[in-house]
Amino acid sequence: LTSRKHKPLLIKMATVAVSRPPLGGFSFDNCKRNAILQGEANKVGFNLPAARKTGTTICGVVFKDGVVLGADTRATEGMIVADKNCSKIHYISPNIYCCGAGTAADTEMTTQIISSNLELHALSTGRLPRVATANRMLKQMLFRYQGYIGAALVLGGVDCNGPHLYSIYPHGSTDKLPYVTMGSGSLAAMAVFEDRYKPNMEEGEAKQLVHDAIAAGIFNDLGSGSNIDLCVITKGSVDYIRPHDEANKKGVRTGDYKYRRGTTTVLTKAVNPLDLELVEESIQTMDTS
Amino acid sequence: MMRFCVLQNSRGLHSQLKDSVPVAGLCPQGAYGMQDSLRSGFTSVKNELLPSHPLELSEKNFQLNQDKMNYSTLRNIQGLHAPLKLQMEYRAARQIQRLPFLPSSNLALDTLRGSDESIGFEDILSDPAQSEVMGEPHMMVEYKLGLL
Repeated sequence: LTSRKHKPLLIKMATVAVSRPPLGGFSFDNCKRNAILQGEANKVGFNLPAARKTGTTICGVVFKDGVVLGADTRATEGMIVADKNCSKIHYISPNIYCCGAGTAADTEMTTQIISSNLELHALSTGRLPRVATANRMLKQMLFRYQGYIGAALVLGGVDCNGPHLYSIYPHGSTDKLPYVTMGSGSLAAMAVFEDRYKPNMEEGEAKQLVHDAIAAGIFNDLGSGSNIDLCVITKGSVDYIRPHDEANKKGVRTGDYKYRRGTTTVLTKAVNPLDLELVEESIQTMDTS
Repeated sequence: MMRFCVLQNSRGLHSQLKDSVPVAGLCPQGAYGMQDSLRSGFTSVKNELLPSHPLELSEKNFQLNQDKMNYSTLRNIQGLHAPLKLQMEYRAARQIQRLPFLPSSNLALDTLRGSDESIGFEDILSDPAQSEVMGEPHMMVEYKLGLL
């Protein structure tokens, strides 16, 4: 009878514990705690560390035989440059590449997930994946998370229907255009495109145009910098040029703090050899299995 | 209107957050039944009623809503028999499980749903097969058998 009396409390605790089935995916357990910590930090005036953004210039252009994608290589963390030479052009499939702006981790993981899904899809269909497929997968995933995944992407590739270029915004909207720019330096790059874009350009012309657009972003936007990466995708071949141009080369040091031997004259020199005797020698093999 | 629908959770926003109906102060969220002030702050009714993140509710019901949408489209195109047959298979496959505290592979379920051919965040983040905590075995089996 005593066990019956204690059972109700036990049941309540247990039902709360057992009734939640384990699910994969995002866990929102820490959101309330984070909000409280943010409030506390703001009261004291302390800033919690910011996520690493790519604060970028990325762009793409469709030319006669394919697509040219371009990106700068600076990753920022607030006001500091976190990575001077990061790679923003991600592989999606042998004929499709994607540039990513926004939160670096989000673009990285999103493009990797879509790349894996596209590979499985291609194995299932037995065909080379299409750019429209990648576009749809990306937009459906980004819309599902309502813009909380901060990934702004420029997706380009060549498939059986020709060259295609899409821009994908963090909330899930997409545009299919002949030339696109994204990122904090997008306005500078778009100015160059609007001035000099012509349909059906040659490959050399298109590469020069993308190079100039990214250079405009690098020199006029604080969030973009370092080198220019290009990726030229044509039917059957991909030319990943990293770096295409080192626009911001770090200077070479002209002086040296090391002094030559003999800068200070030596008056006397005394050498005392230390007598050490070997007491014990033991060998421990490393477990490299 | 789908009569034969999947699990209808019609209890509303409040109880969609937790499976039981919480009362402020009586059922605190922390371990051991005590309010975990360090992690979740002080108790407040507002804290327990509102979701901690705008996506929390939508993510919780995402798969369910997708299925509902697909089944209703299928019903409109092909007639009642199509979703009926699919749901029968789905329910049969869902019953193939290990004991409640052990992770099941759900192979038949995945194949039916088509999620064996795709990778999403549920496969990468908080994989239930790799969680550090396990439910209390006796408690969970008794709950499942209705003995609790």
